[in-house]
Amino acid sequence: MAHEATMSPLAHADDHHGEHHESPNVFGFWLYLMTDCVLFGSIFAAFAVLRNQYAGGPSGKELFDLTNVGIETAILLFSSITYGFASLNALAKNKTMVLLWLAVTFVLGASFVGLELNEFSSMIAEGNGPDRSAFLSAFFTLVGTHGLHVTCGLIWMVVLMVQMMGPQDLSERMMNKLACLSLFWHFLDIVWICVFSFVYLAGVM
Amino acid sequence: MTQAPTTTMTGDSHGSYPSYLIGFVLAVVLTVASFAAVMTHALSPGMALAALTVLAVVQIVVHLVFFLHMNTSTEQSWNLMCFIFAAVSVIVIIGGTIFIMHDTAINMMSR
Amino acid sequence: MLGKLSFSAIPLDVPILVGTFLGVAVIGLAVLGAVTYYGKWGYLWRDWLTTVDHKRLAVMYIILAIVMLFRGFADAIMMRTQLALAYKGNPGYLPPHHYDQVFSAHGTIMIFFMAMAFMTGLMNLVVPLQIGARDVAFPFLNSLSFYMTLVGALLINISLFIGEFAQCGWLVYPPLSEMQFSPGVGVDYYIWAVQISGVGTLLTGVNFFTTIVKMRAPGMGWMQMPVFTWTAFCTTVLIMVSFPVLTVTLALLSLDRYLGMHFFTNDAGGNVMLYLSMIWTWGHPEVYILVIPAFGVFSEVTATFSQKPLFGYKTMVYATCSIMVLSFVVWVHHFFTMGAGANVNTFFGIMTMIIAVPTGVKIFNWLFTMYKGRVEFTAPMHWTLGFMITFSIGGMTGVMMAMPAADWILHNSLFLIAHFHNVIIGGVYFGYIAGMGFWFPKAFGFKLNEAWGKRAFWCWFVGFYLAFIPLYVLGLEGMTRRMNHYDNPDWYPWMLVAEVGAIVIALGIVCQLTQLYVSIRDRNLPENLDLTGDPWNGRTLEWSISSPPPAYNFAVIPDIHGLDTFHTEKQLGLKAHGKPLAPIHMPKNTSAGVFIGLFSFILGFASIWYIWWLAAIGLIGIVATMILRSANRDVDYYVPVSEIEHNEEVYSRRIAAAQAAE
Repeated sequence: MAHEATMSPLAHADDHHGEHHESPNVFGFWLYLMTDCVLFGSIFAAFAVLRNQYAGGPSGKELFDLTNVGIETAILLFSSITYGFASLNALAKNKTMVLLWLAVTFVLGASFVGLELNEFSSMIAEGNGPDRSAFLSAFFTLVGTHGLHVTCGLIWMVVLMVQMMGPQDLSERMMNKLACLSLFWHFLDIVWICVFSFVYLAGVM
Repeated sequence: MTQAPTTTMTGDSHGSYPSYLIGFVLAVVLTVASFAAVMTHALSPGMALAALTVLAVVQIVVHLVFFLHMNTSTEQSWNLMCFIFAAVSVIVIIGGTIFIMHDTAINMMSR
Repeated sequence: MLGKLSFSAIPLDVPILVGTFLGVAVIGLAVLGAVTYYGKWGYLWRDWLTTVDHKRLAVMYIILAIVMLFRGFADAIMMRTQLALAYKGNPGYLPPHHYDQVFSAHGTIMIFFMAMAFMTGLMNLVVPLQIGARDVAFPFLNSLSFYMTLVGALLINISLFIGEFAQCGWLVYPPLSEMQFSPGVGVDYYIWAVQISGVGTLLTGVNFFTTIVKMRAPGMGWMQMPVFTWTAFCTTVLIMVSFPVLTVTLALLSLDRYLGMHFFTNDAGGNVMLYLSMIWTWGHPEVYILVIPAFGVFSEVTATFSQKPLFGYKTMVYATCSIMVLSFVVWVHHFFTMGAGANVNTFFGIMTMIIAVPTGVKIFNWLFTMYKGRVEFTAPMHWTLGFMITFSIGGMTGVMMAMPAADWILHNSLFLIAHFHNVIIGGVYFGYIAGMGFWFPKAFGFKLNEAWGKRAFWCWFVGFYLAFIPLYVLGLEGMTRRMNHYDNPDWYPWMLVAEVGAIVIALGIVCQLTQLYVSIRDRNLPENLDLTGDPWNGRTLEWSISSPPPAYNFAVIPDIHGLDTFHTEKQLGLKAHGKPLAPIHMPKNTSAGVFIGLFSFILGFASIWYIWWLAAIGLIGIVATMILRSANRDVDYYVPVSEIEHNEEVYSRRIAAAQAAE
């Protein structure tokens, strides 16, 4: 094909399909997110089955602090829009602003993880750890898996920021990576919507 | 859709400042509504759960459109199709598990 | 410092294991010595271990699958021998503790490391070639997937010599697999082996889905895609939907075991039945992940060796897709006896029976493809015909058990064992071997020996019926699975017949090894060489290039105008292409996959034995390698036009030589 010789050297595998233009990397990452969706779905299914198995231990009504959940939700929502601003600046090739907005997003994400760890540790300190009852096992696993994903996202963000300061700059490849992390970050927001609705809010009713 | 997505030569739409802000405001309103539905105790538990479900679904759609830039254009058709397939699969997994385990619980008097 | 690990973990008191270890050590040292003696380490490292070429990864997958077949079959014949002996007062030669590990390992290895590896190998070899692509969408991830599978296989085999394997069946049902009842490391070996290889499978799914969606040759619409690619596509969809469920289920079980949680425990609100439902949410699609590509192989083999287009291509595609969807809503039929109500069992029973309809459509399509065709009875065609008979019987016994009422009698009996071996050997295994014979010349440039292939088929075919028809009878007589010894005199003769069947199958495996040996020995004989790249008068794109293909597969990406374009152009005598050559952009080999595999192995092994500092090293190693890889910008190169021209010229000279020989 004629455009093969002129294509970007880093957009491998982009060379021979007539009708599609999107990078396969971003599409592949989207597929990974879909499998992640199924992964969270399975944990939600387990939670749904075990949600009333208190085994004489505390229920969500006694444990959950909705103020804390509200703050966590607000932080995640803000971090979504700050990541969005980083994306827009990346399109405008404004590297300093990208780094700035990513740093803000990182701080927000880290404080979310901090709040969650704080909540977990105080529950465990009161003897209501994941080994207390099936309900608490499911709660810790579901919320903890989301938190673990956020933590991975934070590590990834730092790596991208460091790489961006180096020779990769805002290359095509870096733009793809930023697009993937963007999908990841916003996807975790969607999972959090389900967590605060069906775990916390439905749990205190 | 209300926003004017900026489209690059790669065909992805990336949103704009106004679209992110619109999404953000909608998300905040929906989140506050969810919290209010439960914390004000204005609704019966059944109604509150229904309200939570509806609000969550709407908010997911808001996030998909305004933050994940999902749309019905041809470049995005595979992304959209995969998402719908995944969503249906998740519904089958969760719904099926609840259906099976609920029925078993009743029959085996296991709870 | 070393967690649970100590010298007492090495089973020096079990002579069978010591003997096995010595055998493995001798063979292993011989192989390593041979590689060193011939100075092939550099070649092995550069051209194979670090490769991202889908064709080479395919070969490595299939070698792994064949080695695992030996291991799994050794377990099988040990079980049959035990049951042929352990009648009345005789305890047999395998004590229950060992026997339970053998049957657990047999199922786990055969499904995860034989069948899955073989399937992935065939997909790797064929899919990019059939769609006219130069590699898969993510070549590095492809190499990583292989190493994840390999690490899983290594872990499970190390359990033979260090520690023990799980004793609770191939799906490690709780509560037996919980810490309370299985305090040893056996279940942990299972969990880590399956989890790590599961990650690899998931990546393969994502990779091949992207490849098929985004990298088809220009003009190849969905309804111009070869059937094997279609089946590979459906399999990747099933992988992506079901493997996360497996990951979660086993993760929850490990949280129970490692952190004392209560998902599936007997106490504190845990629910054992939830595990059954979740594991089979993955488990049922899994068997279709295995068999759907086999259907694809049969379609290609039947059409090619009947010298006719596949009958009902579109119905074949629709049937495959409906099987794919239906396979996701039938999982309760694995535990009808769990105690769900009539409405649950009825729904899932009916759904199960419906699957027989599209499967029947396929059988008729293959029959009508052969009808009035000029059928060549090659070895792959033998496996295909054997499949049609065997799989139909297995399918019908499956429909019998789809009735919850009948299943209440047959559940967990040997009838069930006979049924699923009937479909897995008769469908999956026959299909993969047919595929191996069919595409072997493409991978290596010479054909497999026909006579030994047919002998292998007849041994497997006859051996299968001898080994498993008795199991149907035994199941109807009430014998349950996983029994270590028995007293019933009615069962004894049938167990002897089954043992004979297992021995005949062993002969089949010997024939297959001989076939490989003879084929490699005689590879340069003119009748065995595949000079044209099209030894069977094939229909699809993989036959339009040389055997073995160059690293970039296609010098020029072909244009597709319809189904079986290559065959149509061949009939019309059209030149395949006259387009100008251009430099080809290719991915470079990388050792990142090897290192991530190594660190995953460390992580898995250390976690099994509670050596936490080592597990931390493994985890950090994985993350660090991934970060280093993502910073590496030297990941690709261009194949210059001169090299492509040279390869093309060699290829056309070989075609000319082949034509002259005719």
